[in-house]
Amino acid sequence: MTITQTSRPGRAGRPTRPRRASGSYVDKAYPLWFHLPGGIVFVTLFLVPTALSFYFAFTRWTLFKSTFIGFDNFVLFFSEPGLIGSLRNTLIYGFVTSGAKVVLGMLLAVLLSAPIIARGYLRSVTFFPVLVSTVGVGLTFQILLDPFHGVVNQVWAVVLGIDGPGWLTDPSIALLSVAGIDVWKGVGLATLIYIAGIAAIPHEYFEAARVDGASSWQVFRRIILPLSWSATSTVILLSLIGGLRSFDLIWTTTGGGPGFASDVIASVIYKQYQAGFYGLSTAGNVILFIVVTAIIYPLSRWLNSKETSL
Amino acid sequence: MSFRTKGRWALVAGLAAGTLTLSACSPGSLGTSTGSAAPSGSEAPAANVEITLLADNSDQTVTQAQAMIDAFNATNQGVTVKLETRAQGADGDNIVKTRLATGDMTEVFQYNSGSLMAALDPGTNMVPLTGESFMGSVEDTFKTAVTSGGEVFGVPFGQAMGGGILYNKKVFADLGLQVPKTWAEFMANNEKLRAAGIDPVIQTYGDTWTSQLFVLADFHNVTAAQADWAEKYTANQAKYVDEPAIKGFQRLEDVYKAGYLNKDFASIKNSQGLQALVDGTGAQYPMLTFVINSYLDLADDAAENIGFFAQPGDDAASYGLTAWTPSGLYIPTTTTGEKLDAAKKFLAWVATPEACDAQSAASTPTGPYLIKGSTLPDGLPAAVTDLQQFFTDGNVSPALEFLSPIKGPNLEKITVEVGSGISTAADGAKRYDEDVKKQAQQLGLEGW
Repeated sequence: MTITQTSRPGRAGRPTRPRRASGSYVDKAYPLWFHLPGGIVFVTLFLVPTALSFYFAFTRWTLFKSTFIGFDNFVLFFSEPGLIGSLRNTLIYGFVTSGAKVVLGMLLAVLLSAPIIARGYLRSVTFFPVLVSTVGVGLTFQILLDPFHGVVNQVWAVVLGIDGPGWLTDPSIALLSVAGIDVWKGVGLATLIYIAGIAAIPHEYFEAARVDGASSWQVFRRIILPLSWSATSTVILLSLIGGLRSFDLIWTTTGGGPGFASDVIASVIYKQYQAGFYGLSTAGNVILFIVVTAIIYPLSRWLNSKETSL
Repeated sequence: MSFRTKGRWALVAGLAAGTLTLSACSPGSLGTSTGSAAPSGSEAPAANVEITLLADNSDQTVTQAQAMIDAFNATNQGVTVKLETRAQGADGDNIVKTRLATGDMTEVFQYNSGSLMAALDPGTNMVPLTGESFMGSVEDTFKTAVTSGGEVFGVPFGQAMGGGILYNKKVFADLGLQVPKTWAEFMANNEKLRAAGIDPVIQTYGDTWTSQLFVLADFHNVTAAQADWAEKYTANQAKYVDEPAIKGFQRLEDVYKAGYLNKDFASIKNSQGLQALVDGTGAQYPMLTFVINSYLDLADDAAENIGFFAQPGDDAASYGLTAWTPSGLYIPTTTTGEKLDAAKKFLAWVATPEACDAQSAASTPTGPYLIKGSTLPDGLPAAVTDLQQFFTDGNVSPALEFLSPIKGPNLEKITVEVGSGISTAADGAKRYDEDVKKQAQQLGLEGW
């Protein structure tokens, strides 16, 4: 503040001056050595590996030596029958979990914003699964969803009198079962963001609506929904990014199986690392990076453009 | 040495990818069990060289390794061996590869023989043992499995094992069944077993690796039909989609289509499969014999009641066993000077019958040792005796992974698909041929 005031009298009307002055102030306050630790960490742990991974994506690499093979890894990655399936699975998984989290998160948030009994407790309960380790959740559900010995299907058999489906072992539903677990685990975070979004809507809108005799549905449709748009876009982006690169839950519940039925790009990449195809899996990571960016970047631009100011 | 530098940089990228579980390496080496009173700083290095053995953390391996180490430390003064453990399976492979690439390997390490060892680039990373006198007491079968580029690199750790079918003898006796010598007899037995309300074949796809047995253990039948199949396969001239190798996939498909599997095959794990076998709710379980120690405690009569037979093929005349050589102990090139001498001293002792006896005393052997002059104790489980018979008769072929460096990483997923009817034998075999191609290219083999 003082800087702009002292510089303004002499050079009023020259907008470049204050910027240069504040620049030199920053130079003075933060000498080069001050930036060094952070800079070194950033360069060695982020820039160098990123650049190297782009290089190794073009090599056949055994950790001991690498041979440059051009685009072969990418060609191989796309010609592999499992990859097309895993790409499709990745998109299904990302959009299903993201969509379900938006809808359920919004509904739960509306419920938990209303004056109901034990609201604080219920809010915490919704959020608890988020705090649990994903691997723990995966292993627990693997036991719960066991087709013959699991609690879920034992209850199913008692209630309906027939054997329940093989949630994680039937290739046609395994991926959706895992997506369901992901939603259960992640919806708490979506709810939390929505609760914050709804709480940020000024009370005047609700009061005005009530005076005008708006129904609950109209309040939801005309006020909550449009005015919590920034929360919606946050939830969509976070859950979609999370869904597209999801790995741990899928790996602990089905391992990408049965066969390749629930393989996503991330699990394919991991399996290739395991197999020692380091170059190929690095190429897979580059592809995953491009896929996620290609979906998220335009989406985030679009979501931001739709935002309504309060 | 531009490769070395590249290797280091490469590792940075590898770390960034987040797949390396180096942290898993450290906790195994908690304190020396010898409990020497002298503080480490004051020990004169010449008097006592301490070396570390890195082994996988399965119960069997740890028990055997610790037994050998204790026996060795007790006999040979001057060298103390410590045990450090690592993860098993593919994660373990990554740990071993990473530690070799970074020059951070222990003085001695245990690892598979055959195709997995070949993938470690032994010529660069390991000390050749070809000329060592103690290699004279190692069986040639094992030497073949640890030879790369004309040099021999390891001594055997543990016992050889067979791939075939474990069966419940009581169930067989009750129904008057004979051990089958052909696939047709095997399927006929299965029909009778099903009629008696017993699951003929146990499968456990909760542990996906168990699904590979029908394919892998069929290899004796493949070589019986075409002796040079493995060579042609390595040279990209023989494929799994063609006869005779496709038979393994077809057999897997046959038992599924005929409805011979236990109903919970898709979800149960290896231990549950063994339980079903000893209980007699399932009659036969295609398995590797290293699991024998795991079922001994599951029922009082398990040791006598469970037998073993090799996977039958089309022709009774060529009936025989597909065998796996044990893992080996290797010395990385980073071990030098007095540590190298100490490591060789340890390996020389491992290649003696006394070392085998030390292992036998610690846990029941599940197959023959590949050390000349070693003997197995009496009173072994029936399945081990059955297995031993094949070796005594010389009626054994090594598994494909010991004849060819190529093994596709996705076989267990593909066999789950074929074995649970998700895809056909022909599609599975085709897919595996594709899978194998990557491995061959990665190894830089000719003709791929």
